[in-house]
Amino acid sequence: MPLLLPEALADHAPMLAVLVPLLAAPLAMLFGNRAFAYGISFAASVASFIFSMFLLARVMDGSVLSYHLGGWAPPLGIEYRVDAANALVLLIVSAISAVVLPFARTSIETEIAERHHTLFYACYMLCFTGLMGVAITGDAFNVFVFLEVSSLSTYVLVALGAEKDRRALSAAYDYLILGTIGATFFVIGLGLIYMTTGTLNMADLAQRLTGLESNRTLRSGFAFIVVGMGLKMAIYPLHRWLPSAYTYAPSAVSAFLAATATKVAIYVVLRFMFSVYSAKFGFERDTLQLIIFPFAIIAMFAASIVACYQINLKRMLAYSSIAQIGYMLLGVSMLNVTGLSATLVHLFNHAVTKGALFLAVGAIVYRTGSALLPHMAGLGRKMPWTSAAIVIGGLSLIGIPSTAGFVSKWVLIAGAFERDAWPVAVLIVASSLIAVVYVWRVLEVLYLQPAPANSTATEAPLGLLIPTWILALASIWFGLDADLTVSVSRTAAEALLNGGFGGDAAIIMGVEGRK
Amino acid sequence: MEQMTTLTFVLGHMNYWLFVVLMMTGLYIVVARGNLLKKVVGLNLFQAAVFMLYISMGKVAGGTAPIFTNNPAETYSNPLPHVLILTAIVVGIATTALGLALIVRINETYDTIEEDEILALDHATAQKEIDAVAKLGSDGGDVK
Repeated sequence: MPLLLPEALADHAPMLAVLVPLLAAPLAMLFGNRAFAYGISFAASVASFIFSMFLLARVMDGSVLSYHLGGWAPPLGIEYRVDAANALVLLIVSAISAVVLPFARTSIETEIAERHHTLFYACYMLCFTGLMGVAITGDAFNVFVFLEVSSLSTYVLVALGAEKDRRALSAAYDYLILGTIGATFFVIGLGLIYMTTGTLNMADLAQRLTGLESNRTLRSGFAFIVVGMGLKMAIYPLHRWLPSAYTYAPSAVSAFLAATATKVAIYVVLRFMFSVYSAKFGFERDTLQLIIFPFAIIAMFAASIVACYQINLKRMLAYSSIAQIGYMLLGVSMLNVTGLSATLVHLFNHAVTKGALFLAVGAIVYRTGSALLPHMAGLGRKMPWTSAAIVIGGLSLIGIPSTAGFVSKWVLIAGAFERDAWPVAVLIVASSLIAVVYVWRVLEVLYLQPAPANSTATEAPLGLLIPTWILALASIWFGLDADLTVSVSRTAAEALLNGGFGGDAAIIMGVEGRK
Repeated sequence: MEQMTTLTFVLGHMNYWLFVVLMMTGLYIVVARGNLLKKVVGLNLFQAAVFMLYISMGKVAGGTAPIFTNNPAETYSNPLPHVLILTAIVVGIATTALGLALIVRINETYDTIEEDEILALDHATAQKEIDAVAKLGSDGGDVK
């Protein structure tokens, strides 16, 4: 996949992928013009997407890129380090952002007061910047800074849902409290690591940590980081903020967050578990097998069962997200290349699937004003295209063959068999059957129940349908042609399990000559 | 003699003990208090504890403030944790400001900033939704 960029842009692609949306944020707000704000945000997302594609194409063979900010060499200077794992995450985040923005342009008309639209775009861009930054940076403290950039704007984005439902405010507040506790735990963890090693550069940390397996400060640092990021990614018992935040946020925000925010948090945990610390650490293996593994299994079942009882479709999808995070963590806890690549494949496939589902629900909310299941009776005939997208997303969520969800579950089960853990494979299939129940509930309401006689719902406008269908078709495409996702994930998983953040990296410098 | 060394160890790490106490106090307030404003105060204490952790570890025995002088023999404290924590302070202020702004909005719409009252109101709203939907099932009401 040769992707050509002018040399000046190619050299600075890692920086530009983050910088462009960061600059778009104040510009979107500055002129107070909605069309301009939308235009510049969309352009920035597309630009970031192109840079991410370019980066992924360059690291697909397993090489590592290192970009020194301002030409200051690491470990003193801040470094952006790109390998297959974070290039994949960058691609997901920027692609979803570029797809969701056109949807947001139409959907926020009914959900957010007009005077707040430019602010919405600014917050959205900041959130996007933060997520990209977290994924690309090779500096541990930089992760925290970008994490907070994205989190703070996420709280605002969720609270914007208060226009329609005041519960968005309490949801945003809960998210703020728990998110801040998570981020602060993360900083404490970083502090403990810094205390022992005196460095914050991830590649440098990896080197200095070898041989310190029995150091207690490092162990508690690891615990703080895992719990802190666990809060951000809604790992099973720490998921309390997620359902309300996704339910009451504006539709476009729900779709964007569900597809990206938790995924980036998972990426951070992977990075710390395998690149900074490594699987050689006994306490890490114990954490994965004795704590993460059971919680992942519980999440797969408990969250799926809770999802079956929801009458709000958005809340049902939110609970389903918690279950899907269980699958991703299950892949990590297998500690083999196949399991880890299942995590990364699912990261990608679930982003596409959940994005499509949340967008389709957003289109229904746009037309009927309600996300409650009983209000959707008979919409299968009134809104055929939107409903069809829900069908595709639902099938992919279950993991029916020829959808993206099937590919990730296939790889996950292969990982379980590699470890001779066939009961785990059975559990994966069993929990997928629960997904059949809640997806069927939605399909039954949409297609088998008669529409109320006075229903005036009509098909959603094209501005909403096109983004929804891009993601719906993508979740079929990546189910049929899984070569790209699986091979990139495998490269990434191998690199992660090797540890050390890639060793020698191809250095692309910011400023020439200063080393 | 051994007791003496334990005592010096305990006293010598006073900053860290205080960090633990302050951190747990803050976390306890966040979890245990029902008043949204008090939760934010607790969150602030919790974050302030982390500032203390970082600044403690930057201290070099006998070191002065890390300001460049022409004397090469001068010992400095490690300035990096200070810089890191400046960033964290800024983040903390932004979080507090946003938290307070949300509380103002919550107070406007809910008329209370007590967590259990807000929960009760939210539950009432949810119950109303369920009732309305149940009614919809019986008389096939309006979709809008």
